[in-house]
Amino acid sequence: MRHITAESLAPTDGIRDYLAVQEQKSLLRFLTCGSVDDGKSTLIGRLLSDTKQIFEDQLSALERDSRKHGTTGDDVDFALLVDGLEAEREQGITIDVAYRFFATPKRKFIVADTPGHEQYTRNMATGASTADLAIVLIDARQGVLRQTRRHSIIASLLGIRQIVLAVNKIDLVGFDKAVFERIVEDYRQFSHKLGFETIVPIPMSARYGDNVSSRSAQTEWYSGPTLIEHLETVSVDEAVVELPFRFPVQYVNRPNLDFRGFAGTIASGSVSPGDEVVVAKSGKSAHVRRIVSHGGDLSQAVAGQAITLVLDDEVEVSRGNMLVSPAARPQVADQFAANIVWFDEHALLPGRSYILRTETDQTSATVTDLKYRVNVNDFAHEAAKSLEMNEVGICNISTRAPIAFDTFAENRTTGAFILIDRITNATVGAGMILHSLRRAENIHWQSLDVGKNGRADLKNQRPAVFWFTGLSGSGKSTIANLFEKKLFATGRHTYILDGDNVRHGLNRDLGFTDADRVENIRRVAEVARLMADAGLIVIVSFISPFSAERRMARELMASGEFVEVFVDTPFEECARRDPKGLYARALNGEIKNFTGVDSPYEAPENPEIHLKTLGKSAEEMVEALELWLNERDIAENQYDSGGGI
Amino acid sequence: MNIALTHLQRLEAESIHIFREVAAAFAKPVMLYSVGKDSSVLMHLAMKAFYPAKPPFPFLHVDTTWKFREMIAFRDQMAQKLGFDLLVHVNEDGVRDNINPFDHGSNTHTHVMKTVALRQALDKYGFDAAFGGARRDEEKSRAKERIFSFRNAQHVWDPKNQRPEMWKIFNTRIATGESIRVFPLSNWTELDIWQYILQDDIPIVPLYFAKERPVVERDGMLILKDDDRMELRPGEMVENRLVRFRTLGCYPLTGAIESDADTLEAIVGEMLTARTSERQGRLIDRDEAGSMEKKKREGYF
Repeated sequence: MRHITAESLAPTDGIRDYLAVQEQKSLLRFLTCGSVDDGKSTLIGRLLSDTKQIFEDQLSALERDSRKHGTTGDDVDFALLVDGLEAEREQGITIDVAYRFFATPKRKFIVADTPGHEQYTRNMATGASTADLAIVLIDARQGVLRQTRRHSIIASLLGIRQIVLAVNKIDLVGFDKAVFERIVEDYRQFSHKLGFETIVPIPMSARYGDNVSSRSAQTEWYSGPTLIEHLETVSVDEAVVELPFRFPVQYVNRPNLDFRGFAGTIASGSVSPGDEVVVAKSGKSAHVRRIVSHGGDLSQAVAGQAITLVLDDEVEVSRGNMLVSPAARPQVADQFAANIVWFDEHALLPGRSYILRTETDQTSATVTDLKYRVNVNDFAHEAAKSLEMNEVGICNISTRAPIAFDTFAENRTTGAFILIDRITNATVGAGMILHSLRRAENIHWQSLDVGKNGRADLKNQRPAVFWFTGLSGSGKSTIANLFEKKLFATGRHTYILDGDNVRHGLNRDLGFTDADRVENIRRVAEVARLMADAGLIVIVSFISPFSAERRMARELMASGEFVEVFVDTPFEECARRDPKGLYARALNGEIKNFTGVDSPYEAPENPEIHLKTLGKSAEEMVEALELWLNERDIAENQYDSGGGI
Repeated sequence: MNIALTHLQRLEAESIHIFREVAAAFAKPVMLYSVGKDSSVLMHLAMKAFYPAKPPFPFLHVDTTWKFREMIAFRDQMAQKLGFDLLVHVNEDGVRDNINPFDHGSNTHTHVMKTVALRQALDKYGFDAAFGGARRDEEKSRAKERIFSFRNAQHVWDPKNQRPEMWKIFNTRIATGESIRVFPLSNWTELDIWQYILQDDIPIVPLYFAKERPVVERDGMLILKDDDRMELRPGEMVENRLVRFRTLGCYPLTGAIESDADTLEAIVGEMLTARTSERQGRLIDRDEAGSMEKKKREGYF
């Protein structure tokens, strides 16, 4: 784009013609990846420089920075062009992905320069998720490394099918053909299972420009394309338009009563007025009346366009649903298997509840089964109880509500999701759906004639789940026991779920690791829900140290039914009381994963009831609980009698 | 069937998708309107994204009181023409202390009248998402920023700890007091912006077009003497020269370039053969190394 000169452009007409040509160019998005110090940033600097994207003021700033931070002696250090963060320039490493833009007479390019360090793998995945092609760099002196493999696996999982194998720093091995061929052979051996359509190996020196934009005189034995030649001509898959119509509804546009438009971006296929479409989750169908756009209605719209559809029927559609082709519908299920790449320093724990987000839908989800972890060196499937940061695994996932999806192999847009931590809101993982689970299709809710309200009315009470949380020895069981006695005496129907007791039966297979604690709470929460459904007042007395699981339990219950009771006794006091002698042993190192000692306790921030036990009797605590229950029931009775019937 | 979308169609669709995502997922979004060409494109895209409705959020202009007069006139004219809800915020503390670019330098002025003012405005209205017109091709630290860029309750950006951003699936979840800065033009280049302005006939401030204007040469830049608050230093004089601006900001901090490009085509032609980047005319980026990243971490757009 900028390698044209003023003389080559006639004023005005020339510009219009030039822009018309620009307009027809296709776009290729790619990333550079590979291990640290393989020269990724240097390669991008070289590409920008060779395609005349670097301005004079940028070049002089670069020369200045090279003297200060550069790692290339007296030469300009191109990496400093892309390592835009202060911390990156100081440490001489790439931390986060940088996006750069350049063009040749044939194509426009968006390149994501991604970090090589293992700890920043998630930033590499960010760059790969929107790329059509990956350049995997290898230092000719080092060969295929662990990070080369990890990045290749992630690129493959994220659906990249075109690979350029850039064997870089070939100058440092004397432009040796044998070295090049050995590395290429190693890579092919390793990657044949990854489903790449093409692997184009190129011997190159990013620093000196060999085989980047011009053919190197030093590698006469190499007859393939230069990097630029290949990037300009590689065919980018446009078949997404040929796939069945998928329109995830993003936003319902309703400025007045006469207009109801469904806004979104077409994920695949095409649509025209008159086409029949089906609402994925309900199966209801309607016809497209208009494709509304700012410049007038459209007669057709295709994958990639952001449009607004008006239907001829008042069907129920909201954000998160999908309008689809009636002939080829997506799956709608609440259980499926997926590849997961984990990003967070807190490991993925089966049983823990996360937020699952697709392009427009959101629900809560748990990993019900971590089937195996993939070893990035040899693809071995390894048994695992959790997925650590930067690990890849295959999981079964269960969502609270069904979602509409395709497999990721069929559709990169409707087959992907992210997982979000419920407390920190961090993006903790990315998922690629493999297939739905048959059991989801075969298990349906049995509708029952006697309902929850009927069962509760018969007992003349309102169900509730009092969830006691607190350290071991804080007094949970004592208070719970006394509370139940009081309730029982006033004719209420109750049940206590006690941590120790449940571990003798239902949860006898669980230990005290983080993963097992999560599963422990999940099972108890489900049991408490069934009991509340039976109309009971349930008292759960569990340490339940993690706020994520307590929140999961809260969300399982009907609104207003979950009462978090924080039995707040300081650690020192619990350790002093030590009714079961456990603190003494834990502090001696005889018991592992003991809450408050070597396993964390996350105190509730806004419990419904906060019991500060120091200096108070169990009776006083129970009075506070009874008061709360009576006030709720009075409030609800008032509401009921004011609400009619 | 002709199905291949052009480069600009792809960029436009991506931006519209981002606008709608914010409108659907946030309680109180706002668009930062800086009146420059990128803001003009941003506004145009917002109108398209919600057609036939109007954008379901207000437009906020942080006025440093040192903007070119033509920018303010253009701003008010656009608000009236398009009928959007325009909010203008000025840091009254800065006005009281008479903070200005001449006496306090670009750093202090920008910090007080722009960065602090922006934080004040976001806090005052309780906005949870704010659109900005920044592009990744403008500057090195911008090239690193996510499209949905998280800010903590103090409006601070942590560049070393950005949320992964996969596909077009944006994490829009925040806690009370936190916010997201959203950049729908992240993947546009300067050429794309001009090409789009030309294609869709988008109105821009006349300062982008060459005209005889009264300028003063100072510190190697041509500064437009936009009002009487600019005092001449010894040896300086006002000359009428044929100039235009590649970017717009506070007039004492924005250098003009000598140019006879008075049509969009001529501007694009000039840009294609330019030998310096567009931010070169901005004093604030040159104050110190990494200055943009530092400002951004503090809450500047």
